[in-house]
Amino acid sequence: MSVDTATVKKIASLARIAITEEDATRLAPELGNILGWIEQLGEVDTQGVEPMTAVIPNQLRLREDVVNDGGIRDLLMQNAPQAEHGFFTVPKVIE
Amino acid sequence: MTDLTTLGIAAIRDGVRDGQFKAREVAEAFNAKVAAADQLNAFLVKTPDHALAAADAADAARAAGETLKPLAGVPIGMKDLFATKGVATTAASKILEGFVPPYESTVSQNLWNAGAGMLGKLNLDQFAMGSSNETSAFGNVISPWRRPNDTAPLAPGGSSGGSSTAVSAGLAPGATGTDTGGSIRQPAAFTGISGIKPTYGRCSRWGTIAFASSLDQAGPMARDVRDCAIMLEAMAGFDAKDATSLKLDVPNWEAALSVDLKGKKVGVPKEYRVDGMPAEIEALWQQGIVWLRDAGAEIVEVSLPHTKYALPAYYIIAPAEASSNLARYDGVRYGLRDLPEGAGLQDMYAATRAAGFGDEVKRRILIGTYVLSAGFYDAYYTQAQKVRTLIARDFERAFEQCDVLLTPTAPSAAFALGEKQADPLAMYLNDVFTVPASLAGLPAMSVPGGLDKDGLPLGLQIIGKPLDEQGVLNASLAIEQRAGFTARPQAWW
Repeated sequence: MSVDTATVKKIASLARIAITEEDATRLAPELGNILGWIEQLGEVDTQGVEPMTAVIPNQLRLREDVVNDGGIRDLLMQNAPQAEHGFFTVPKVIE
Repeated sequence: MTDLTTLGIAAIRDGVRDGQFKAREVAEAFNAKVAAADQLNAFLVKTPDHALAAADAADAARAAGETLKPLAGVPIGMKDLFATKGVATTAASKILEGFVPPYESTVSQNLWNAGAGMLGKLNLDQFAMGSSNETSAFGNVISPWRRPNDTAPLAPGGSSGGSSTAVSAGLAPGATGTDTGGSIRQPAAFTGISGIKPTYGRCSRWGTIAFASSLDQAGPMARDVRDCAIMLEAMAGFDAKDATSLKLDVPNWEAALSVDLKGKKVGVPKEYRVDGMPAEIEALWQQGIVWLRDAGAEIVEVSLPHTKYALPAYYIIAPAEASSNLARYDGVRYGLRDLPEGAGLQDMYAATRAAGFGDEVKRRILIGTYVLSAGFYDAYYTQAQKVRTLIARDFERAFEQCDVLLTPTAPSAAFALGEKQADPLAMYLNDVFTVPASLAGLPAMSVPGGLDKDGLPLGLQIIGKPLDEQGVLNASLAIEQRAGFTARPQAWW
């Protein structure tokens, strides 16, 4: 499986990771190699097999529909790189 | 007086309870060991006061005639993947540098509730992605083990490499680990200690920094099987805050330890005999068969036909889940922010993630993003989840013929740092024997079996049926007793 630099750049953009031209050139054969290796899964006959959803059978639980958390705004903000007036702040967004 | 740092968890617990020594003496002794072992780079944060406070509480409880908690007086190391309130938690990544959680993970809280104290936060592969501890943003952990007449630094295994180093070097009697594809068992094997990954759902994942949520399980790493049983009892338990937590009582694993395997059947999966496996590992595996037969077990050959597809399936599923889980690191709510001059929001995300994530983390996010992207989802991700069903079915069928499975833990002894770093695929192959049980959510343990020709530890793995940690612990204990493994690294640090 070969992966070209255009594909690497597209995936990186989807993943929101900035990469340089050199990164893309280095990553293309690396990712191609790994994806080529995992392609052997294609040879497994999975006709009629359900995809795994839970490894250990477990019941989804319901809980009381009540507020059981909250009121901790300042605690949540204390690790923010930038916060003002109780809000997380980000650069101006103009679409 | 004996060096208290030569004692394991059970011996410390019993000694404190019986008044042979004070918990404070134990904490002080381990704190001193930790302080003198900076060369190993096992600890990212040291918390001697936490260990001392827990020790003082244990001593006070004893003086007051109270019944001591199960881990009273026992100081442990905490893998830095568990959020610890007020103590920096980074997952060994720059993107979380400076992050101080305002909350405590359930597993660590359970340990504190049981009376344990914390010596510090342990280094690991960044976001638990790696098999050698070389992906940490804060430097490699160095194994305390060395080849004879050779000072080349060896890998402590990964991702719980700080944990394996701390325990094997005698810096802590036990440590927490997490295991997604082998991250407890492979480092335990590399350093001559024991480690168990329980059934998926036994230990709460709440407050544990997520890598691949359908696989991640916490577990203990310690000097022997009994110590692992004691620690796992404290770590496990139902937690409403984790939707996949199993609502089951925690068995009293320590009390039910037994080395009598009469009537038990041990399966030996023929597909685990891989090409190029060193003769010493094959020999140890055969030795393991002899030991378990000696303990009364009957040995049966079993087949797990989809074994060779476990690793490629894992390297779709785990990166796919990681790419989703790690989307939260965006430079907005916590952790690093990189805001280039004049950048907008999207540029800030991309710059932050480029600056904050290490190469291996980026590689896995990119693979995960690719296999989940439009047009590829079914061919990769859905197919991998179907193969996962087949792998779990293989185990179910094998367990119709036997109670536990015996395999090697890793395909080699510890390698030198740098040896496999150039080739990600070669590194991934380290997990070939541990990944299948992870995909099936099964309990599995590594226990030291012997040394290779260079004097480096080799581990054997016991895999059990869902929820049968007891069967896994007992078979491992039978091996431990017969192996008589007492080798420890000579202190050079």
